[in-house]
Amino acid sequence: MDHDEQDFVLRTVEEREIRFIRLWFTDVLGFLKSFAIPAEELSEALDEGVGFDGSAIDGFARVQEADMIAHPDPSTFQLLPWRPAAPAVARMFCDIRTPEGRLFEGDPRAVLRRQHARAAEMGFSFYVGTEIEFFLFADSTTPEPLDVGSYFDLTPLDVGSDFRQRVIAYLEQLGMPVKDSHHEVAASQHEVDLRHADALTMADSVMTFRLAVKEVAQELGVYATFMPKPIQGAFGSGMHTHMSLFEGDRNAFFDATDIHYLSKTARSFVAGLLRHAREISAVTNQWVNSYKRLVPGYEAPVYVCWGVRNRSAMVRIPLTKPGKESACRIEYRAPDPACNPYLAFALMLAAGLRGIEREYEIPPEAENDIYAMTDVERWGADIASLPESLPEALAEMERSELVREALGEHLFEWFIANKRAEWNEHRSYVTGLELERNLPRL
Amino acid sequence: MLVLADPSGPIERLVTDLVLLGYRPTVHATDDTPMPDPMPAVVILLSQDVRSHALPWSEALRRADRLRSVPLVWLIDEAELDRLSGSEHLIDEFLTTPYSTNELAARLTLLRHRSGSDDEGVMRHGALGLNPLSYQVSVDDRVLDLTYMEYELVKLLIGHPGRVYKREEILSQVWGYDYFGGMRTVDVHVRRVRAKLGQDHAWLLETVRGVGYRLAQVRA
Repeated sequence: MDHDEQDFVLRTVEEREIRFIRLWFTDVLGFLKSFAIPAEELSEALDEGVGFDGSAIDGFARVQEADMIAHPDPSTFQLLPWRPAAPAVARMFCDIRTPEGRLFEGDPRAVLRRQHARAAEMGFSFYVGTEIEFFLFADSTTPEPLDVGSYFDLTPLDVGSDFRQRVIAYLEQLGMPVKDSHHEVAASQHEVDLRHADALTMADSVMTFRLAVKEVAQELGVYATFMPKPIQGAFGSGMHTHMSLFEGDRNAFFDATDIHYLSKTARSFVAGLLRHAREISAVTNQWVNSYKRLVPGYEAPVYVCWGVRNRSAMVRIPLTKPGKESACRIEYRAPDPACNPYLAFALMLAAGLRGIEREYEIPPEAENDIYAMTDVERWGADIASLPESLPEALAEMERSELVREALGEHLFEWFIANKRAEWNEHRSYVTGLELERNLPRL
Repeated sequence: MLVLADPSGPIERLVTDLVLLGYRPTVHATDDTPMPDPMPAVVILLSQDVRSHALPWSEALRRADRLRSVPLVWLIDEAELDRLSGSEHLIDEFLTTPYSTNELAARLTLLRHRSGSDDEGVMRHGALGLNPLSYQVSVDDRVLDLTYMEYELVKLLIGHPGRVYKREEILSQVWGYDYFGGMRTVDVHVRRVRAKLGQDHAWLLETVRGVGYRLAQVRA
């Protein structure tokens, strides 16, 4: 099988006169890294991998162990539609190995592979669908909306709809089926929903998607951003993540006898997500700016709770239509699109699997408007809040044995140190708001 | 075109006929090992003995990744016809020896028409074309940039257009039995191929509710 796969890649490169192949991987913070090799070197690269200096990549390796080997994954071989047809350019995602041939534990793809394998040991395959929101601005210096549209608006002179059409055309050529796309609530905000796939494929897809969106923006002379909260006082951008577990052909989340069609497995999975939500928050929402999205009033989750119809809940259970068992799933609404999708999916899965393993009990559904409750009422109802800031999330993460285990020691330590540094930079920065409020009065 | 021949059969006449009919047969005698490794559009198996020769060879063919979906023609002794039963799933067409050249021509034409492959080995179905030599798939002469698994999926379906493949079958034939990803993988890949086919051609990959997938009927 492997041999045929390589053969397929090599023949296609020849047939399509591809001169360069981009090898992609992802650093710890979720930035796409790429280097190109000429077609003549591809055969050797597929057999032996390509060496590179890992110390040049954030979070990869200390200087004394800098040698890394990128092994292209031939199943991800794909031509890039935004490049000219001739000479065409193709990409492959890589797995990173040490010179001894071990999977490098700091590679985000390896982290997700490990959780995938754990799920498989328990008899599950893990599927993920995403709703990705982003903004289009004139450039990268000021968050100035291009339109004044809102939800489902059809505006004739909207660069946005042209934009979405072009993005969807690219995604189709990349084999990433789009479920839906529309103008979002805020001006200049858009959403594209990617159909479910196994989590590793979906994480690769999110990486590809973010690049495709940025490419199209550049073509149209605008700027696209996945920053979680770019505009003061407007809705932020989330990456609602739909998850399901399958046992063979059967949706393990579905139970026809339950009032919400949720199986015991699904309930324990949700319970795991709820119990560990605060611990995984530093990864699903990894920027100082992420926490400016997680505030009341903008449909972003703030409190750790679940609900069926409740759109303010952190975990939402979309209604399952009769006869559509396979679509039964849960939606985690906390993550934002500026996360590292490999790490975020790995931790969501780890939290859910922990819930199943230890048979966590799901708390009662949040039926009321939780935002209208007082702090005391929420305390009485045992409803926690998501961390309010990056340092709070980091403190939670640092205490989490679940996150440490899932990320591996190397990545865990590096991540916390890097994010602490980010916070230190921010906390010593005097903001415009402080000057505005304090200077005239103090 | 590959001719697999029991060396005691009428190989020379068969090859001469095929060449006169415009085919380019490669002959491989079945007492010769190992198997050659081309990707033929059609395999003709010339056999004197169904039980001990034609059957094991056909089963071996169907087990080989590259040859699994290639149309297979049996050319067997008329006296052995009663032994055909039970091997219908292996073969696509048969003739008996001694054969008539006209019948050979007609049956091969029919078979090509049914399986939609032309002499270059390009398999066709409506606007869809798959070249197993270059691994390229096109729709309306627009080349699709498929991944390997997407390519294998199309290759399986185009080998027997109209035949419904169960999802289990697709999973085991394309991904192999030991694949743990589960049946949803098939659905995910079908969607991905449909996305690449584009709105105008996505219907070519048809869902048969509760069963699986097939290539949709096209009018010639």
